Amino acid sequence: MANKILIVDDEPNIVISLEFLMKKEGFAVAVASDGDEALALVASFNPDLLLLDVMMPKKSGFEVCEALRADPERAGLKIVMLTAKGRDTEMAKGLALGADAYVTKPFSTKELVDKVKEMLAV
Amino acid sequence: MKAKYRFLLAVIVLGLLMTGPFMVTVLLVWLGTSEDEHAELVHLLFSHLPTGIAMTVAGFVVGVVVLRKLFKQYVDGLLSMSEKLRLMLGANRNFRVTPEGPPEVQHLARAANDLAQQRDVLLDDVSEQIAVAKASVEEEKNRLAALMSELAQAVVVCNLDGRILLYNNRARLQFKALAQGPTSVSGGALIGLGRSIFSILEKNQVQHAEEVVRQRLAAGKTALSNFITTLRGGQLLRVQMVPVLGGSERGDRMSGYVLTIENITRNVEEEARRDQVLHALTEGSRASLGSIRAAVTNLIDYPDMEPEMRERFLGVVGDEVAGMSQRLDRTMVEYSDSMKMRWPLEDILGIDLIAAAQRRIEEKLRLPTKTEGLDDALWVKADSFSLVFALLFLSSRLQDHYEPRELRFRLSAEGKLAYLDLIWAGPAMSSETFYTWEMESMHVGAETSPLTLRDVIDRHGGEIWYQREKAAHRAYFRFVLPVATPEIAEEQDDNKRGAGRPEYYDFDLFNYEDKSVDLDRKLSELTYTVFDTETTGLQPSGGDEIIQIGAARIVNNRLLRQEVFDQLVDPERPLRPESIPIHGITEDMVRGKPNIDLVLPAFHEFCADTVLIAHNAAFDMRFLQLKEKRTGVRFAQPVLDTLLLSAVVHPNQESHKLDSILDRLGIEIDARHNALEDALATAEVFLRMVPLLEQMGIVTVRQALEASEKTYFARVKY
Repeated sequence: MANKILIVDDEPNIVISLEFLMKKEGFAVAVASDGDEALALVASFNPDLLLLDVMMPKKSGFEVCEALRADPERAGLKIVMLTAKGRDTEMAKGLALGADAYVTKPFSTKELVDKVKEMLAV
Repeated sequence: MKAKYRFLLAVIVLGLLMTGPFMVTVLLVWLGTSEDEHAELVHLLFSHLPTGIAMTVAGFVVGVVVLRKLFKQYVDGLLSMSEKLRLMLGANRNFRVTPEGPPEVQHLARAANDLAQQRDVLLDDVSEQIAVAKASVEEEKNRLAALMSELAQAVVVCNLDGRILLYNNRARLQFKALAQGPTSVSGGALIGLGRSIFSILEKNQVQHAEEVVRQRLAAGKTALSNFITTLRGGQLLRVQMVPVLGGSERGDRMSGYVLTIENITRNVEEEARRDQVLHALTEGSRASLGSIRAAVTNLIDYPDMEPEMRERFLGVVGDEVAGMSQRLDRTMVEYSDSMKMRWPLEDILGIDLIAAAQRRIEEKLRLPTKTEGLDDALWVKADSFSLVFALLFLSSRLQDHYEPRELRFRLSAEGKLAYLDLIWAGPAMSSETFYTWEMESMHVGAETSPLTLRDVIDRHGGEIWYQREKAAHRAYFRFVLPVATPEIAEEQDDNKRGAGRPEYYDFDLFNYEDKSVDLDRKLSELTYTVFDTETTGLQPSGGDEIIQIGAARIVNNRLLRQEVFDQLVDPERPLRPESIPIHGITEDMVRGKPNIDLVLPAFHEFCADTVLIAHNAAFDMRFLQLKEKRTGVRFAQPVLDTLLLSAVVHPNQESHKLDSILDRLGIEIDARHNALEDALATAEVFLRMVPLLEQMGIVTVRQALEASEKTYFARVKY
């Protein structure tokens, strides 16, 4: 069965590319455009990996990450933070809150795909 | 043994001497004769006894008289002389013994006088040397103070209590600029000798810095400490502290500190703005670049994607690129704004500015320049870099459009404005052309500036226009710039008041420790506020109001003419026409000035921790007290009245009016009946009275108050 990836970002222009890429790689993809929707979709869609933007309306990526990591049932869920915040301090925060990887925009799509595959061990 | 007993003893000895030999002779004769002869002897003796006794008594009396005379001359005379010599030794150095009495005593007196003379010469010599040494120390202090006052940084020296011992002119101007409020001294940034630095800077921060300095001193490191503090008005100050060492015998103890103070509010604001710009350009671009990069990579990696998908990716790229361009434009606009704020104006000599522009134009454009009608003493406030570039830019535009053979510069002043003209010969230009030049970003060849000519002009708070000289068939651009003089003008204003040496320092305050007013301290040691008010009339309770308050400070027996309070007050009622000639204050002068509700708190702050002095203080105090309820400000400090003190010092004089006292004490002043001038005159009077009071044994404030009270009651009874 294909791995499921949830893309969480409020900017449609990046979502298009991410969705396209992940589908091309054979993953099942769902999209959420804010933090609340993301949490709801994690429950219903049950993804294996999250591509999570930090700057979003309603709930920030940090908050979503924190909420998910507080749930022991979701311990196996991989989280990749995907953000325009490029400072060391924010990267440290993301990793400290439980993200498995932290990718700064703009990023190389190839490297992102490689990283996702590596994390899902496919 | 007392002289009296010795005299008695001498009298007894005299009596014995006069009767003794006779008695002994009679006894010997008695023993050497027979019984029969005894009766004859007794008869003989008794028949002559009255004569003998009379002779002896007479002789004894004469003897006593002579003895008394000698005693008086030698013993008592010497005693009284020794008393006088004691006087000479202590109370009155100039007293001399009058030689009198027997020659030997006179010799002694003269010898003593000679000795005293010799001593006086020596003493005078010593005090002269002390005076010379003192003067040289004083000169060094003055030199130091002068040096400090020239420094471009704001410097304040304090003792360990935080009392200000020295501050320089820059510190005064800086805190004056920080003071906010309706009057010249309100706003909490009061700087003054003997005042506490804690009224300006946060006490905890200063003490913490002091502790750091001590620790560093003890550890043998460079003893300094920095901190940043926020004033009430939100201004940011960076303060550096270094210790003043000495003051103790070992000379290595901290006895005070020097604070160097810099206002960094603007720097911080500018840095924050620059941060924003940087942030907008980096973080703001990341997201867009991310979207573009991903879309483009997809387009490249999957060339065979469906046309609909390809369209969407291309749409993403177009969309994001447009967004980024807009953001960049917006940031650049803000950036040039922040550059406008960042560059401060400096004072520069007008001809130097023109010379710099000439050099640039000739180098860059190969266009000859000349000057005419230059005011070579004119200073302007300018950012020379952008202004020279603006001149170069205009010149290059002129060269492109009109090809003038040469350009000329002219510089003149009109009041507070400087006119810098760039002149060329040629046809008239349209105002549209000039408008375009004004509003486009400046560029000359490859050199560009994000600013427009208009930006440069705005930053100078100036103007620019185009004008023709028809007769001479030429035209010019006129730059209007601010003339740089205000600080110098202010100095002149101060010099009028304080002739001579600067009064920004008082090192004696190193030993000043007490904070509140202590009535048992010497009059000469206290800090005073000497003040005077002008009023609409003489009836405080009849509705008359204060229209002016003037005050000056006396610190360590010195009148500080630079630390004054001088404020007109709107009485909110018409002035009495008959009073106008007295105080010289007219309706126009007081209207729109702050009212007493605003002025009194500021004045109260000015007076903090001082003893008040006024001439006929009861009158002024009554006005202040009547406002207590309304303003909530109470003047509870002790008050000395120079009128009463004058009555103490010269009880037999008829008049104790200020003018009479000034005459009597030989004080000359320029003007009177302006509150500040009168306060200064009163201060001079008080300073002259302090030694006179001391001669009368009135040394402390408490004694002065008690003495004043007595004369006051005496007057009331009278």
